[in-house]
Amino acid sequence: MPFNKDSLKIDAAKETDRLCEAIVRQTRKFMKKGAVVGISGGIDSSVVVALCARALGPQRVLGIMMPESESSSESESLARKLGDKFGFETMKEVLTDALSGAGCYQKRNEAIKSVFPEFDDSWSCKITIPSNILEKETFNFFTLTIAKGGESKSKRMPPAAYLQVVAASNYKQRIRMTTLYYHAEKRNWLVAGTGNKDEHEQGFFVKYGDGGADIKPIAHLFKIQVYQIAEYLGIPQEIIKRTPTTDTYSAEVTQEEFFYGLDFYRMDMLWHALELNVPVDEAARVLGLTPEQVGRAYSNIKRKIDATEYLRMHPLMADE
Amino acid sequence: MAAIDQNTVRKDLRDFIIENFMVGSENETLHDNDSFMERGIVDSTGVLELTSFVEEKYAFTIEDDEMLPENLDSIDNLVKFIQKKLN
Repeated sequence: MPFNKDSLKIDAAKETDRLCEAIVRQTRKFMKKGAVVGISGGIDSSVVVALCARALGPQRVLGIMMPESESSSESESLARKLGDKFGFETMKEVLTDALSGAGCYQKRNEAIKSVFPEFDDSWSCKITIPSNILEKETFNFFTLTIAKGGESKSKRMPPAAYLQVVAASNYKQRIRMTTLYYHAEKRNWLVAGTGNKDEHEQGFFVKYGDGGADIKPIAHLFKIQVYQIAEYLGIPQEIIKRTPTTDTYSAEVTQEEFFYGLDFYRMDMLWHALELNVPVDEAARVLGLTPEQVGRAYSNIKRKIDATEYLRMHPLMADE
Repeated sequence: MAAIDQNTVRKDLRDFIIENFMVGSENETLHDNDSFMERGIVDSTGVLELTSFVEEKYAFTIEDDEMLPENLDSIDNLVKFIQKKLN
């Protein structure tokens, strides 16, 4: 089928059945009896927990909310709504003390202060990448922004500060993983990961953090396909309409601002075109872009995939 | 290049790239026109390290809108960019 605007439309009913069959098969393969899912009130975790409940029965699914002091307050109420709708048990584990104990906030703030000495708890912070990837062939470099009241300041991050901010922030995803495995192992259940294809293949996850799971039911689905499954499953509209965020930094930052540099529809369509080796002229015509814009997007996506290959690799043995 | 010798700049950049981004690269060659991105030598963290090095070494600021492959993505491009900034 030639590349067109509907190239990523899926038969949501058929795909849902296929994913449910896979969840059952894989749960049996691992000789586990149920699934634990970290739920954030976001679209991906909502779809995964709903699929698990449908596949295994809601009595064999546990959705765990894991907020910390900087989490969005909206996440918990949306996650509970999901539990009410699909009948699975929900539980909340507040991770603030664990993260404080590990030095997550202190280590991150120390790095931020090296860039903005005035930074303290009265400021919020976020990291973003350039958002004009269609307009300019640019490197993906990171800008730190702090904000307080109506004031905000931004600066490109020196490498040491960037690495320390990310390493410290990654405690959040890794302690969440640890928490999920506690509850899974206590029940002899498995952990179902919630990453989609965009996250998995472009490396928007933390190794052994949110990347740590036993099964990954939607890691092959483009984000816009996850939405199709969500509609089919009847995920609450407040969750479907919510803008995907990182929910990692104290200032709200969308996934587009933090990592992708492009809205999901164009990202997914351009990436799919790249996978199909669609010539830039043809992709441009279908998507209403210029060939130069398509070329820049192709280049940006390829670079991200190549640079993050190590995240998807298993630990290497001596002979590898 | 009035104040700085081009050959010295090339050597300094080459040494920095090899030392910092090409671990165990004794048997690899790096040509002056090799794209760091295409060769997978520099990633998004590496770009920050590279720009920090250039800014400190040559005492100028690289603006965000100058963070472009045409300025930074090979030794040749870097030399041209440094020359432009210093002149």
